[in-house]
Amino acid sequence: MSTNVNTIHDLADREYKWGFVTQVEEERVAEGLNEDIIRVISAKKNEPEFMLQWRLRAYHHWASLEKAQAEPKWANIKYGPIDYQEIVYYSAPKQKPGLTSLEELDPEILGTYEKLGIPLEEQKHLAGVAVDAVFDSVSVATTFKEKLAELGIVFCSFSEAVQKHPNLVQKYLGSVVPYTDNFFASLNAAVFTDGSFVYVPKGVRCPMELSTYFRINAANTGQFERTLIVADEGSYVSYLEGCTAPIRDENQLHAAVVELIALDNAQIKYSTVQNWYPGDKNGKGGIFNFVTKRGKCLGVNSKISWTQVETGSAITWKYPSCILQGENSVGEFYSVALTNNYQQADTGTKMIHIGKNTRSTIVAKGISAGHGQNTYRGQVKIMKGATGARNYTQCDSLLIGDKCGAHTFPYIEVRNSTARMEHEASTSKIGEDQLFYLRQRGLKAEDAVSMIVNGFCKRVFRELPMEFAVEAQKLLGVSLEGSVG
Amino acid sequence: MSLLEIKNLHVSVDKHEILKGINLRVNAGEVHSIMGPNGSGKSTLAQALARRETYNVTSGEVSYNGKDLLAMKPEEAACEGIFMAFQYPVEIPGISNAYFLRSALNAIRRYRGLDEIDAMDFLPMFREKLKLLDMDEKLMNRSVNEGFSGGEKKRNEILQMAVLEPKLAILDETDSGLDIDALKIVAQGVDAMRNPERAIIVVTHYQRLLNYIVPDFVHVLVHGRIVRSGGPELALELEEKGYGAMEAEARHATPA
Repeated sequence: MSTNVNTIHDLADREYKWGFVTQVEEERVAEGLNEDIIRVISAKKNEPEFMLQWRLRAYHHWASLEKAQAEPKWANIKYGPIDYQEIVYYSAPKQKPGLTSLEELDPEILGTYEKLGIPLEEQKHLAGVAVDAVFDSVSVATTFKEKLAELGIVFCSFSEAVQKHPNLVQKYLGSVVPYTDNFFASLNAAVFTDGSFVYVPKGVRCPMELSTYFRINAANTGQFERTLIVADEGSYVSYLEGCTAPIRDENQLHAAVVELIALDNAQIKYSTVQNWYPGDKNGKGGIFNFVTKRGKCLGVNSKISWTQVETGSAITWKYPSCILQGENSVGEFYSVALTNNYQQADTGTKMIHIGKNTRSTIVAKGISAGHGQNTYRGQVKIMKGATGARNYTQCDSLLIGDKCGAHTFPYIEVRNSTARMEHEASTSKIGEDQLFYLRQRGLKAEDAVSMIVNGFCKRVFRELPMEFAVEAQKLLGVSLEGSVG
Repeated sequence: MSLLEIKNLHVSVDKHEILKGINLRVNAGEVHSIMGPNGSGKSTLAQALARRETYNVTSGEVSYNGKDLLAMKPEEAACEGIFMAFQYPVEIPGISNAYFLRSALNAIRRYRGLDEIDAMDFLPMFREKLKLLDMDEKLMNRSVNEGFSGGEKKRNEILQMAVLEPKLAILDETDSGLDIDALKIVAQGVDAMRNPERAIIVVTHYQRLLNYIVPDFVHVLVHGRIVRSGGPELALELEEKGYGAMEAEARHATPA
């Protein structure tokens, strides 16, 4: 038994491999948040007036929430107070204005992405994946832009979209997550500095995976990016985001917003592999990940599918959701959330059924190891007009060791008697008997744990694009290192 | 040199001494049957030999293939060629039988410095073994033991044994929970794997399994000690007289 325990500990003690810092000259504004900072950010980005006004409204709304101490406290997570005046809200690697090719990109930054396994040189890149790289607060490179442009697909940084496609931005920005939505979404709306923008025109099936890779580098900064994806009628797009950050002793705030809009017969598949720095084995440092992600199935027969693998961050607070407005629209949420050491996650989804015959599927898998606390929080709401709505929810927890916790808070609200709801839940523990069985067949203890966990997550991994499914499996293995007992 | 040599083995579980000095020699090519009433320590002996860590060896020596078995972890013992067919095989949701078994085979091959076997080479071999045990091919893609009937689980254990080709196989009450037809298939599967290089230890309550796998030696385990050893006829004697008589003998034989 003691060997088992040791193996779990060894697993948990493996180092975070993405924790290096890139030495790069950065341009940053002073710490703290006030109207002037908002104006500086907006001016640096040369934004049109509507953007500035929107940011200012968001800022004033947020400031009123902060004054009223209305930071949300309902989640099952514990952390000390965040001093919002100590955070730097804008940090960007210094680079030449009007970067036109990758050769002009700071080689240090290019090297960073290579080290992370995200080569930005197009010829070297995985066939079929276009990448937007966001370094601290700004997008530094977007690949395959021209190829996508031939099909009329816009895939660029948010800043560029504001300059080149202001009408689309103005039409959809805040239409799914308004700046009044919640404390962190308001903060993001006020100070967000970049992110990705995607527009897929009518009837176009995007031929490659679009991917954004987020990297926090600078110290004492917050990262606030915003992603907006619009899939026009009959189009299809698959999008993936990945994230890492250096090892630092202090906590860093990440408050992102993602908005998805699917028009008639359109489909958006959004996959996340989140691996922000989780803090050390004693719970020191790590990213506070407070993220608002929501998709709106605006058109008939539209579909939005969220798949997330959450292995990083000291705290994860996120609920990728679907508003099923169009008739026959479909929302899906597939999630694996892993907490090891002192990580805390409160994550799940909301499925809001408004249109007739709307369907949703929720498959959530929580894995807790070490002292990790893992909470699933989900809401399924069937509105009055949603005749024939259906939901299937499956929520499973896996415990490794005896110091961790798994918690489940499903909320179901039904206002239409024709709705059909199914909810299944299970909690299991990786037992000594399971481990012994696999070890008796020749597998090492940590491979045995990894096999059991992968089996547990299979239903979710199946939803990930192929290359990322492999990456996710490896990541789970690494994140669990030291957790076997 | 014997393949397995157990000297004065004492094993405790949760601080209760279960095995109180076992002595046993098993040579390659032999089949030994360990019989005994409930609670006599049969399964404990099997688990201890498979190196389960909750079974605490308090004294004694076990040499296996010239090596100190008690110094090995369960996976090392497995890689050295010890296989245990479980009395209660566990389920592993989401992992297919074929994937699991190939991973196990490759873990063992890596340990022995052999090349890993790929799916293309593995599947034909796997299919052949399925036939041997009269198992449905569909079982290849089903999750390990998940939703299997009691009989299917036991057959699956023997299938794994057939694929992993151990030097020493320990069958822990493989006959329990099997109907007579399944018992026959399982037993014939095991019997087909007898060969001069392999030793098999069959742990069982009942003589009926031994009709199909005729052992070279039978040992009767009572209260943590082997009280009698003999040939296959000993199993028949037990069937006739029951364990009661031997328990009484055991008490006489070991004055406190």
